Amino acid sequence: MVKLLPDIAEIWEWLSDVPDPEIPVLALVDLGIIRDVSWKGDTLHVTLTPTYSGCPATAVIEMEVERTLRARGIEKLQIDSQIAPPWTTDWLTDTGRAKLEAYGIAPPQPAGGPAHCPLCKSPNVERISQFGSTPCKAQWRCSDCLEPFDYFKCI
Amino acid sequence: MSIAGLIRMGDNTLVLGQRLSEWCGHAPALEEDIAIANIALDLIGQTQLWLGLAGQREGQDRDADRLAFHRDAWDFRNLLLVEQPNRDFAVTTMRQFLFDAWHFEALTALTTHVDTETSAIAQKSLKEVTYHRERSTETVIALGDGTDESNARMQGALDRLWPYVGEMFTTDDDDLTDARALRASFDAHVQPALAEATLQKPDSDFAHLGGKTGVRHGEHLGHMLATMQVLPRSYPDATW
Repeated sequence: MVKLLPDIAEIWEWLSDVPDPEIPVLALVDLGIIRDVSWKGDTLHVTLTPTYSGCPATAVIEMEVERTLRARGIEKLQIDSQIAPPWTTDWLTDTGRAKLEAYGIAPPQPAGGPAHCPLCKSPNVERISQFGSTPCKAQWRCSDCLEPFDYFKCI
Repeated sequence: MSIAGLIRMGDNTLVLGQRLSEWCGHAPALEEDIAIANIALDLIGQTQLWLGLAGQREGQDRDADRLAFHRDAWDFRNLLLVEQPNRDFAVTTMRQFLFDAWHFEALTALTTHVDTETSAIAQKSLKEVTYHRERSTETVIALGDGTDESNARMQGALDRLWPYVGEMFTTDDDDLTDARALRASFDAHVQPALAEATLQKPDSDFAHLGGKTGVRHGEHLGHMLATMQVLPRSYPDATW
């Protein structure tokens, strides 16, 4: 009996439900770290790329992807890691950027700093530190509402 | 393709990453503690890439962990600069600045390396190191051009560490890129930053050598490795 393999668009749909373990408001697909999903024969190949080379979430992300696909009945699965081309914040989707802002994290800007405070929307913001609570974030502060906030920095 | 060259890159990031992690919970301000821990994390991540590739190319069943935890001091090929102890925040900051300035140029050169896996690691690392260099440069300027006390400490740190700069620009066939060629762009970044920090570059360019060749590490490396390696060496099958 020939078993029908699920099509790739459907698999992307399943993956769109998997949250990032560090910033659960984002889905992995919003981050742009799932680089490829393809069938090679009857084995499903999923290619992931790390955001930062030391990001501790990388191992958890692999487990989450595997768990999600196994639960959907995928039996033969290979997860590969690829570092070139290196991940860039340009791969963050527009949906992802909007979700970040709504969550209180300023999305990355080409200018290298937040456009405005994600809480009160004031453009008067100042940098506290180029490093923050996770490798991908910097600490900023609003000069008007005085709240500190995370900025998702460009790489 | 030089496996020894990959090990040099990985040992630099491993030893400095471990040194920086010694600050975790002890830095003078919360923001600095977080920054140092993040930089350590980036460096350890880069170590996994460099030593992982070295082990794979070597083909003797040694992965990145095996290379990190089961070699002795004389097998390490890191620069003497990165094994220097943290001492105070001034020494830690100056060591980081000098290393970042070299690391940035070395990785920039390696992004066009003929070996695609080497250039991929360099491209990935360079994005992270660009932030490291930005921070350490700003901090050297802020503390150098700060109070009398911070200036004196930063000058003391520069005088102490300058003899470890020369080794970064010595080269041999094991290197992945000709390290001598990195000196001009290193100087072009470091000298204006030191001037802005009101710090005086020492007159003597005397250089301690022997880290990257493994001929003569300092006494501090063994102590650092003892702490870093004790768990996997005492309990080789330990997992979590």
